[in-house]
Amino acid sequence: MQYFPFVVVVWILGVGLYGIVTSRDLIHLIMCLIVVQSSTYVLLLGVGYVTGAVAPYFYDVPVHTPAVDPVVQALALTDVVVEAAVTALLLSFAIQAHKRFGTLDPAELASLKG
Amino acid sequence: MTPTQRRWIFLAAAVGLAAFYLWGLSGLPGFGNYPGPYGFIINRIAVGQTNATGVVSTINFDYRGFDTVGEEFILFAAAAGVATVLRRLRGERERSATDEAADRDLPTTSSAVRMVALLFTGPVVVMGWWLASHAQTNPSGGFQGGVVLATAFVLIYLSGEFLVFKRFSPVALTEVVEAVGAGGFAAIGVSAVAMGLPYLKNFLPLGTVPGAVSSSGTIALISFFVGLEVAAAFILIIGELLDQTLLIRQGAN
Amino acid sequence: MTLAVVTPYTVPVDLMDALQVTILILVAAGATAVVLIRERVRQVLTLSVYGVLLAVLFLAFQAPDVTLSELTVGAVALPIILLLTLAKIRKREE
Repeated sequence: MQYFPFVVVVWILGVGLYGIVTSRDLIHLIMCLIVVQSSTYVLLLGVGYVTGAVAPYFYDVPVHTPAVDPVVQALALTDVVVEAAVTALLLSFAIQAHKRFGTLDPAELASLKG
Repeated sequence: MTPTQRRWIFLAAAVGLAAFYLWGLSGLPGFGNYPGPYGFIINRIAVGQTNATGVVSTINFDYRGFDTVGEEFILFAAAAGVATVLRRLRGERERSATDEAADRDLPTTSSAVRMVALLFTGPVVVMGWWLASHAQTNPSGGFQGGVVLATAFVLIYLSGEFLVFKRFSPVALTEVVEAVGAGGFAAIGVSAVAMGLPYLKNFLPLGTVPGAVSSSGTIALISFFVGLEVAAAFILIIGELLDQTLLIRQGAN
Repeated sequence: MTLAVVTPYTVPVDLMDALQVTILILVAAGATAVVLIRERVRQVLTLSVYGVLLAVLFLAFQAPDVTLSELTVGAVALPIILLLTLAKIRKREE
């Protein structure tokens, strides 16, 4: 239990990279990129966890209750929403590539010119 | 390079990368033994300094507000990028929304979908506003509330037709709302500078009861503006994609 | 340093450990499933389920804010954007 979440993070990263490298479809590649991004959220929250502590919201518990680290939660929170918009931008590029070249295969797209 | 060769090369490199990562991550102090002082310090002093009981929101909008301004403008740029990339190209024509509705021959939406979507639109809007304006008390904030509000507009599209969605969220109005949200956040920071304080310092009165809606100064205000901007950005993105799917056609007029 | 906290909401540390290990294994399986499925629409639905699993994991890590974000974005907004893109591409292919 000491290092198991970090092993899971490395597994998700590796699996996502495998999907990106062996992908034959641009949309499948973008979804594997989403999986790779999710591994960073798990790592961020895993670093800040304190055993036996509560969430850092002191509305109904007294202020000096031991709580988990709130800084990494703030980082992960804005990260999740912003990456969705950047993924939408990537998908719009995929739509335009399909319009222009008629194919969504990364291998064929790499060999087309102009 | 054949795909099988590519796969083997990747596996070799991935084993090396995984070994390197595991060696690096084993130097961390273990899961659950968080050592660092900053988390404990902020948990102790945040409620006393800002009168807000949600510590994550104080970090997002007060202690590290500068990072949040940067992230919000990433969102702004991404929405503008989607609107630019998906514009009408040379060689396409865009039918107006009313023409499309007249001769559409898709199967009509089932009544169950329409009723459920109609029933849930009101509560989802209320929940989105509640989330966006209660950043200082609960696990909520501008980012989550904004996305929930954008989902309400998608429910309008599901329960009605594309025309109703367009009437509720015309592109010009959505872009103005998004600009007000992004500019409002920056303006709050600049007005702190105009008073001689550092950029984005919390200068409004802090209130008396920790965690009340009117407490915590600029945090509630900033969260409201962020909610506006995130909602408008997502509505713009989904509206552009719907336009592409339903309106833009190949071939000159 | 391990802390022992007693509030009305905490569960024993062993129970929380067991929950976290279970959810971590499910998340790893979900990520593998998302990558190995090649058909587009099925992969979008698997991504939605993976978003819900991630949200439960974040809840077990005592982060309700991130749970809410991941639920709304990863299980609702991102599949909507992906399905609209797939509809546009399929319309052009036929």
